[in-house]
Amino acid sequence: MTDDLLVRWLTLACARVATARELLTDLDAAIGDGDHGINLDRGFRELQRRIESGLLGGDEAGAVLEGAGRALISTVGGASGALYGRGFQRAGAALLGPVGAERTQRDGRSREERAVIAFGAAVGAIIALGRASTGEKTMLDALVPACAAFEAAVGAGALLAVAARRAAEAAEAGAEATVPLVATKGRASYLGERSIGHLDPGAVSSALLLRALADAAAEE
Amino acid sequence: MIALALVGHSGELLGALRAMVAQAAPTVPVAIAGGTAAGTLGTSSPRILEVLRAALLASDGEGVVVLFDLGSAVLALEIALEELPEDERARIAVSDGPLVEGAVRAAVEAAGGATLAQVRAVADAERTTAKLPPDWPGRPGGGAARP
Repeated sequence: MTDDLLVRWLTLACARVATARELLTDLDAAIGDGDHGINLDRGFRELQRRIESGLLGGDEAGAVLEGAGRALISTVGGASGALYGRGFQRAGAALLGPVGAERTQRDGRSREERAVIAFGAAVGAIIALGRASTGEKTMLDALVPACAAFEAAVGAGALLAVAARRAAEAAEAGAEATVPLVATKGRASYLGERSIGHLDPGAVSSALLLRALADAAAEE
Repeated sequence: MIALALVGHSGELLGALRAMVAQAAPTVPVAIAGGTAAGTLGTSSPRILEVLRAALLASDGEGVVVLFDLGSAVLALEIALEELPEDERARIAVSDGPLVEGAVRAAVEAAGGATLAQVRAVADAERTTAKLPPDWPGRPGGGAARP
């Protein structure tokens, strides 16, 4: 992934989160604590500020992703901030890798392959921190199928824009599919079966972030 | 002396809890990380990290028992702990005990000069310590319903 695309993606994501602030908050009010949109918007505003001030960690994609993760962790204040932030951080760390041979080898990969590594590291980190899996009405119901679709597309030789579109589509389908699920993680789990019939706000925000990536990549 | 660090969503809630703890054990250092940097309800890894470091210092390096509240608190706490060097992390014990009862119980234990493991153990034990008397009507595991 070029840093140019990365920064355009994050910038677009900040705008989309701001637009979806009320929607995400309303979704969260139905089954959680009603702050998902407010929290994410605060985090992405800070991310936007750091992008504009050039505080986001140099030219390397890995450093930019790590910096984005740090911005979200410091400012979001809910589980989503810890999870997204950790995901971005680990994606960045996977790209930076240990200095030396591995780094050189990774730099020899195509940007699609690097994006697969970063995406996989992000989702793996979110699974590990949240101790969650798919089917629990969380952001993973969007992210896991999206990551699989992305990897499959790249494996079949797709360019980043196509792979990102597949990922966004899979994430949106995954988010929709949270409606009939019973939440077993987070505040929504307190509702038990009453969480059925609602979209999971984290899955919706994940799909929104990946749609922003697809749209940013499509502009290339 | 072992110090306590209280981690949660609200600075007001944790401030009040600290006052309760101080009544029972005024000599025990209690550091609180409640709410976000923006002053809203929520948790903040950077604040938690600062508070853990401050609590370690206040304990003269002896150790810190952490109690936390619901939801994202454990996630933010885990991220903060990973920022600490191994030797500092080894002196921080996170308790799975209930926040209020665990904090008060742990502080009393700490004030008596207990070790890190001992203080954490009494806080953990509060998880399974019944609060209702055994003959309370309808109490799970005891007490028949009052006729």
